[in-house]
Amino acid sequence: MYLKSALHAATALTVFASTAAFADTITIATVNNGDMIRMQGLTEDFTAKTGHEVEWVTLEENVLRQRVTTDISAKGGQFDIMTIGMYETPIWGKNGWLVPLDDLPAEYDVDDILPAMRGGLSHDGTLYAAPFYGESSMIMYRTDLMEKAGLEMPSAPTWDFVADAARQMTDRDNEIYGICLRGKAGWGENAAFLTAMSNSFGARWFDENWVPQFDSDAWSNTLNFYIDLMNDAGPPGASGNGFNENLSLFQQGKCGMWIDATVAASFVTNPNDSTVADKVGFALAPDTGLGKRSNWLWAWALAIPAGTQKEAAAKEFIQWATSKDYIELVAEKEGWANVPPGARTSLYDNPNYKDIPFAKMTLDSILSADPNNPTVDPVPYVGIQFAAIPEFAGIATEVGQEFSAALAGQQTADEALAKAQALAADEMEAAGY
Amino acid sequence: MATQHSRSAARIMMAPAVILLLGWMLVPLTMTLYFSFKKYLPLRGGDLGWVGFDNYVRFLSSSSFWPSVQATLIIVGGVLLITVILGVCLALLLNQPMWGQGIVRILVIAPFFVMPTVSALVWKNMFMDPVNGLFAHLWKAFGAEPVSWLSEASLQSIILIVSWQWLPFATLILLTAIQSLDSEQLEAAEMDGAPPVARFGYITLPHLSRAITVVVLIQTIFLLSIFAEIFVTTQGSFGTKTLTYLIYQRVLESQNVGLGSAGGVYAIILANIVAIFLMRIVGKNLDA
Repeated sequence: MYLKSALHAATALTVFASTAAFADTITIATVNNGDMIRMQGLTEDFTAKTGHEVEWVTLEENVLRQRVTTDISAKGGQFDIMTIGMYETPIWGKNGWLVPLDDLPAEYDVDDILPAMRGGLSHDGTLYAAPFYGESSMIMYRTDLMEKAGLEMPSAPTWDFVADAARQMTDRDNEIYGICLRGKAGWGENAAFLTAMSNSFGARWFDENWVPQFDSDAWSNTLNFYIDLMNDAGPPGASGNGFNENLSLFQQGKCGMWIDATVAASFVTNPNDSTVADKVGFALAPDTGLGKRSNWLWAWALAIPAGTQKEAAAKEFIQWATSKDYIELVAEKEGWANVPPGARTSLYDNPNYKDIPFAKMTLDSILSADPNNPTVDPVPYVGIQFAAIPEFAGIATEVGQEFSAALAGQQTADEALAKAQALAADEMEAAGY
Repeated sequence: MATQHSRSAARIMMAPAVILLLGWMLVPLTMTLYFSFKKYLPLRGGDLGWVGFDNYVRFLSSSSFWPSVQATLIIVGGVLLITVILGVCLALLLNQPMWGQGIVRILVIAPFFVMPTVSALVWKNMFMDPVNGLFAHLWKAFGAEPVSWLSEASLQSIILIVSWQWLPFATLILLTAIQSLDSEQLEAAEMDGAPPVARFGYITLPHLSRAITVVVLIQTIFLLSIFAEIFVTTQGSFGTKTLTYLIYQRVLESQNVGLGSAGGVYAIILANIVAIFLMRIVGKNLDA
């Protein structure tokens, strides 16, 4: 009798608990990029389907990175879902800070996620974050200016061609600058771009014994080439330009070429925002014939911090936001050009998406990037525009500052590299490599 | 006259506030000291044990340390110089009877109501941007090449932005002091034939010395921890990494809590050295 009552009580409790768990409010930290803002606008669809409410904390990229890193390392527990990238995911996954996403239902179709994205968001073969959108980098260029210069952009150009074309397109009197590249310091800004660029020049961050390589000829060639090019054909104040500044310059028609994230393609071809929307062409990021192109690989992904009380609801949200259905939902409401790109293979097989002018180049760029084998010479790290070790963000930010100062003319490229070498060596030694 | 009882009662009643305030300061201070002797790397497993004075040695021997102290002192010195000199000039001007005095005074103190991050963003994007900024257009209108202010003259630009914010504070304090100056003294000096410069040098300026001391002391305390303007404009590039910014970079960007805490202790020491130095040199004025 006693057992029966106990069982009844337990059942009642379970039912109560599951009902209570049914309508959770989850807190999500995300970045203020266009695709995420769009997702917030569509949250009602998720609430209607599941009953869960969502609270958003939307932050600027650098601030988001610091907030979520601090929160998870100090076990703050402010968020149920965090928007993180390919750099953080394997490190946090290894530390046991993220909930593994290895039990997603069959209809979610994990195998549909592009292998490069799945690989970059896993540790030891376990997926720890689901890609909301993925990106590589490519050349976006003005077809009219190219024509005016009497040149034709190949689909896979070399750096020499790009530099030559940039110099010919430049018309400073009319505020047309041949090439806009990132110069603003930061591991996710100029350090990311220059690391990807250096890969194509045969440079690398560390050799196989984790010794920094900034004293190599390959790095010297990279940085000198970049600074000469920017001095001849870049916009004034390039050392303060990051992704957003260059996007704005390109949309105003002031850049002949811009090498940056593939996700920018939909912004520069959107006639509402861009004055040159109908004059943009796309090409693969340049190379120097050494076998590596200077394009990167990145995914903004959703992950669940371990220890959250709302794991089930958080998982439901991730499944909703990174599903095929979500892509269809955005396409229906905002058009196919605005769906989150670069995460799922099926998107690129979709006949509606194939007509989008930048779709093929985005996929080709993503497929040509190999984070496990990013450089000409072998390296001990994973990651193309970063090295997936905890110390990288700190070191690369300082290295980026030296590069930025060199671009601003405060020091030579070789002085910047000597300082970068010294500070990277210090940090790596202190970290015990 | 307070009795023994009333003094005890006052102490007991004030105790909660004093204890709370003391805790408010002591807890972070103690934790900073505690972490500064630890190898604490959140991304590498957290607390990795005691390391003695390693963090202190590393922070001091880092190639970024002295340049950051230098940048801090240049910014503090530059802003003080500009705000005190211009503050005195503006206070003298605003003290003159003029048409629309009230509105002019409000306009002068307006920058003080703007948040540092907002003003830094406005300066960066609307004035100093080398392509779209107002200065760039002005330069081009005169046929000159636009200047990339924040990268080519980074420290000067930050000093300019911060001075713009602090000038109203200095002006207000100095204006109040000028208004308390007895006009009979000035009139007497004028009747004795003292020229305006001498009247300013021998009467107005000495009268302002206490107010200038207050301005210098308060501004120094705030400016030593300047952060928002640098975060928004240069993020520590181009030699604008102050000591506070370096500590932030060590703790949050490099995720090295131990090293950053050692930096924090150095910052406290530096602030105290500067405070004692200031008290000795200019604080004497406050006793008068």
